[in-house]
Amino acid sequence: MIKKTVQSVTDALEGVSNNMTFMLGGFGLCGIPEQAISELVKRDIKGLTCISNNAGVDDFGLGLLLQNKQIKKMVSSYVGENDEFERQMLSGELDVELIPQGTLAERCRAAQAGFPAIYTPAGYGTEVAMGKETREFDGKMYVLEHAFKADFAFVKAWKGDEAGNLIFKGTARNFNPVMCGAAKITVAEVEELVPVGELDPNQIHVPGIFVQRIFQGKNYEKRIEQRTVRIR
Amino acid sequence: MLDKIGIAKRIAQEVKDGYYVNLGIGIPTLVANYVRADIEVEFQSENGVLGMGPFPFDGEEDADIINAGKQTITTLAGASFFDSATSFAMIRGQHVDLTILGAMEVSEQGDIANWKIPGKMVKGMGGAMDLVASAQNIIVAMMHTNKVGESKLLKRCSLPLTGVGCVKKIVTNLAVLEITAHGFKLLERAPGVSVNEIRNATAGQLIVDREIPEMSL
Repeated sequence: MIKKTVQSVTDALEGVSNNMTFMLGGFGLCGIPEQAISELVKRDIKGLTCISNNAGVDDFGLGLLLQNKQIKKMVSSYVGENDEFERQMLSGELDVELIPQGTLAERCRAAQAGFPAIYTPAGYGTEVAMGKETREFDGKMYVLEHAFKADFAFVKAWKGDEAGNLIFKGTARNFNPVMCGAAKITVAEVEELVPVGELDPNQIHVPGIFVQRIFQGKNYEKRIEQRTVRIR
Repeated sequence: MLDKIGIAKRIAQEVKDGYYVNLGIGIPTLVANYVRADIEVEFQSENGVLGMGPFPFDGEEDADIINAGKQTITTLAGASFFDSATSFAMIRGQHVDLTILGAMEVSEQGDIANWKIPGKMVKGMGGAMDLVASAQNIIVAMMHTNKVGESKLLKRCSLPLTGVGCVKKIVTNLAVLEITAHGFKLLERAPGVSVNEIRNATAGQLIVDREIPEMSL
């Protein structure tokens, strides 16, 4: 067994520095790497490029890095419900590349799977396709989108073992699995870290080969963005 | 004239037995509440769930189970969770039968704009560009006019596009319309709304080639 465990979030983020490109899992605030984000805030490294579907909310998730002006560029599909993000973007302080959500997922997966680029129909005929190579297949037009290149991927799973195998819960899975192995170093934080042999190999969502460092996070807040309930 | 719930009720009639359906944020989300109880339908949310159920009861919400609007949800028996690449494989690979989404503008060619107002508002396209580029059956749910009374059914979209020539049908507070090669073909009127009112609220080419029935809800 090749051990991937590190003792703390501090060890897990060894090597992060200014001007790096990071991938961060999560959809809204669901399944975000809370501990890695807190540590990045603490280290105050700047000039970051962050690839993440959303940018958190003003006071949680990636919103914390935005408030702190640590992010130079965001690559996202949706930025609504975050006033500071919208303000920095419209004022030009923040460079933003908005791309279709499926394209975001597939550019991660391409990096993970060794494809330099993929063709997608999403965005054809819109400003998203401007300046990009397009090509017709069977009478339909597609846009060439390149695999991402990133220094670190920060992902959050529900359970993991010392070998880096991961299991996710509910919709907290989202972008996390496709970011594993898509950057030079993948750091997984989990709610529960168990010894090897405890997870059923049939139930593993991401095999440990895609993960370089794993640690158990503490005190997950798991904030709900839109608490919506029905009357009993 | 319909309210948002009326629009959702009318669109629910388009949902057929055996359909996998993706619902956008806003009015489309309401459609799930009005689908006939005697048919089998599964709702997909692009953040990674198929088989969405109703909102949870107070106290039973789970931060790890949300829809694309980031609302807490429940799942029904037979549901599944998956990653974002798999989710968009369902969408891009045309495994989803019906997509219902909102719009700021729709053109008579079926172009749609719903993600950006240059210089004013940028929310992002989320999954909308993937959905409209691949879905075979797209219904737009929206108000016929914007807040200042201007038509949202145009000859050409003025806002940055989300997709080109993709919308099939539009259900508004005033009417049900189909996109054809010659423009917006009027199919039904909302209760109490005249063809003239619809014509006045439609900036693009409106085709009225027969007696237009009032929709039944």
